[in-house]
Amino acid sequence: MSRIERRFQALRASGRKALIPYVTAGDPHPDVTVRLMHDLVDAGADILELGVPFSDPIGDGPVIQLACERALKHGVGLRDVLRMVQTFREADQETPVVLMGYMNPIEVMGHAAFAAAAQEAGVDGVLTVDMPPEEMDDLSQQLADAGLDPIFLVAPTTGDARMRLICEHARGFIYYVSLKGVTGSATLDVDAVSARVDHLHAVTGVPVGVGFGIGTPEQAARMSRVADAVVVGSALVRQIEARAEEPEAAVRAVTEMLRSMREAMDAVQAQSA
Amino acid sequence: MSNSEAIKFDQFPNAEGHFGPYGGRFVPETLIAALDELTEAYHRYRNDPDFLAEFDRDCTDFVGRPSPIYLAERWTRKVGGAEIYLKREDLNHTGAHKVNNTIGQALLATRMGKQRVIAETGAGQHGVATATIAARLGLKCVVYMGADDIQRQAPNVYRMRLLGAEVVPVTSGTRTLKDALNEAMRDWVTNVDDTFYIIGTVAGPHPYPMMVRDFQSIIGRESRRQMLERTGELPDALVACVGGGSNAIGLFHPFLDDESVSLYGVEAGGHGIETGEHAAPLCAGKPGVLHGNRTYLMEDANGQIVGTHSISAGLDYPGVGPEHSWLKDIRRANYVSVTDDEALAAFHELTRTEGIIPALESAHALAYASKLAAELGPGKRILVNLSGRGDKDINTVATLEGIEL
Repeated sequence: MSRIERRFQALRASGRKALIPYVTAGDPHPDVTVRLMHDLVDAGADILELGVPFSDPIGDGPVIQLACERALKHGVGLRDVLRMVQTFREADQETPVVLMGYMNPIEVMGHAAFAAAAQEAGVDGVLTVDMPPEEMDDLSQQLADAGLDPIFLVAPTTGDARMRLICEHARGFIYYVSLKGVTGSATLDVDAVSARVDHLHAVTGVPVGVGFGIGTPEQAARMSRVADAVVVGSALVRQIEARAEEPEAAVRAVTEMLRSMREAMDAVQAQSA
Repeated sequence: MSNSEAIKFDQFPNAEGHFGPYGGRFVPETLIAALDELTEAYHRYRNDPDFLAEFDRDCTDFVGRPSPIYLAERWTRKVGGAEIYLKREDLNHTGAHKVNNTIGQALLATRMGKQRVIAETGAGQHGVATATIAARLGLKCVVYMGADDIQRQAPNVYRMRLLGAEVVPVTSGTRTLKDALNEAMRDWVTNVDDTFYIIGTVAGPHPYPMMVRDFQSIIGRESRRQMLERTGELPDALVACVGGGSNAIGLFHPFLDDESVSLYGVEAGGHGIETGEHAAPLCAGKPGVLHGNRTYLMEDANGQIVGTHSISAGLDYPGVGPEHSWLKDIRRANYVSVTDDEALAAFHELTRTEGIIPALESAHALAYASKLAAELGPGKRILVNLSGRGDKDINTVATLEGIEL
């Protein structure tokens, strides 16, 4: 059983939903990323999603684009991100880590070399935004051989047949994109999301996380009623953006925001228990 | 050419959009349904007599096709080798080959019921061509353009605005064409229901490389017929500049089965390949994944896309259409580069010798053609795609020469 599966199993047993923060590795400075990861776990993160900086992040809105640019100014590449995960693992062997990024850095490293290095570093899942399952044959095999979970996006525009295909490939969890748009967009229709998540639950036993556009503790709490996991990215990264020159303050602000989301989600679960 | 003997070029790409290992669809999940819808619509209309008749009518009456081929006699004599013919895409309405494709895609957009079109642009030629057809068809038009390019190409920005388009400056990344493409993709992800994305070159996710190639192939079909009528033979070589590669593939494609015809794609060598300051992924890059397709790219050791340099904004792109990557690997086409200085010299040469001011993009093809003409020698014929006119570039050239207009 993978670390991600174990984590979801434990959450289910305790009647809780997963909170998954996203931060871009190396933002605002590579020196604070590992500590930020630990602090996020302390603040209530169940799984960490670590962004691999890329020069051309077409699936991301302006907030995460700028986070990538800040990290790239420090020259943070895929190998650096893997080193950060390895360092994180020295003190935390339990919290799953998912890398989220784009295809080209993996392409340049080589699929097999990447899968082996990621496994070695202690990565658990890989979400490649611009890699649909149809193109994934080789990478998919390499990830499977290394025991890594391929995480896939399902969008509001994904048709039923395709959704089933994605569910067949997906391991760890499925990431339901809660709106038509890039990360950090504003409009969120909880009822529509709820219907789609129910449908996914009917098709697959793989847990379903929801992300894109979840910006407040209240929204996180509402989403946690319907999904197995709530992913929060741009809202946290905005806290970093506002304090990009003061990494220590940035770490504190992100952590505080995540804690408030955790509390809001736990309050919902306490009510429904 | 032994590698390409058995290849049926008209059967590429395959159903998934692959040209050998290149092409494909590397996009966020939200766009897959839109690409499926587009592929289905394109297959429905690509052989539809009404659609093709409307495309042909616009090409004739609105663009002024067929564009002539022109024997550059004085220039040929000066170079002293093979005869050099020019395919006069510079004479098209809006001044370049770009409009062939924007008409095709805009007609498709109206048939799909999309009332809003978006585009990316570098030098502004594709943006102008898109704004032009959007005005003619009454479509809402938004053009994304790098903030630096907006500074460099002010006349084209104003042209687009005159035509009713909204021009959105892109300030992320390198603030040039690749970032404009990123931003257009983001717009499309967000407004996928009512918006048609008119990509300006043979790159992007399937079906764009195929669809844009098909619309641009009118260049090669006309050229083939015109050269046969004019000379009774096919040319010995074709030369075209390659940024994303749409004018080149449009010229090359109808000749791919003609093994006697050598193909030369000319990339922007910028300050010289050895300086690293260029835009020549086929000559000096490696395969990777960008903007929805696998193709040759300019990237660093971490897989980050690097900034490019060319005197010509239209060639200033770190990727290239996937079909070119494949034609390079199977050695059906040759890819070479010329520097800024060589292109600039050819710009002046053609202007003074033939009375034709070429676009700086096309000047790259001209510069290589003059070398090739000398190499091939008398008795041979070269056809160069003069993909655009140079009016848009006179400010750039004047500035380089220290002249303020």
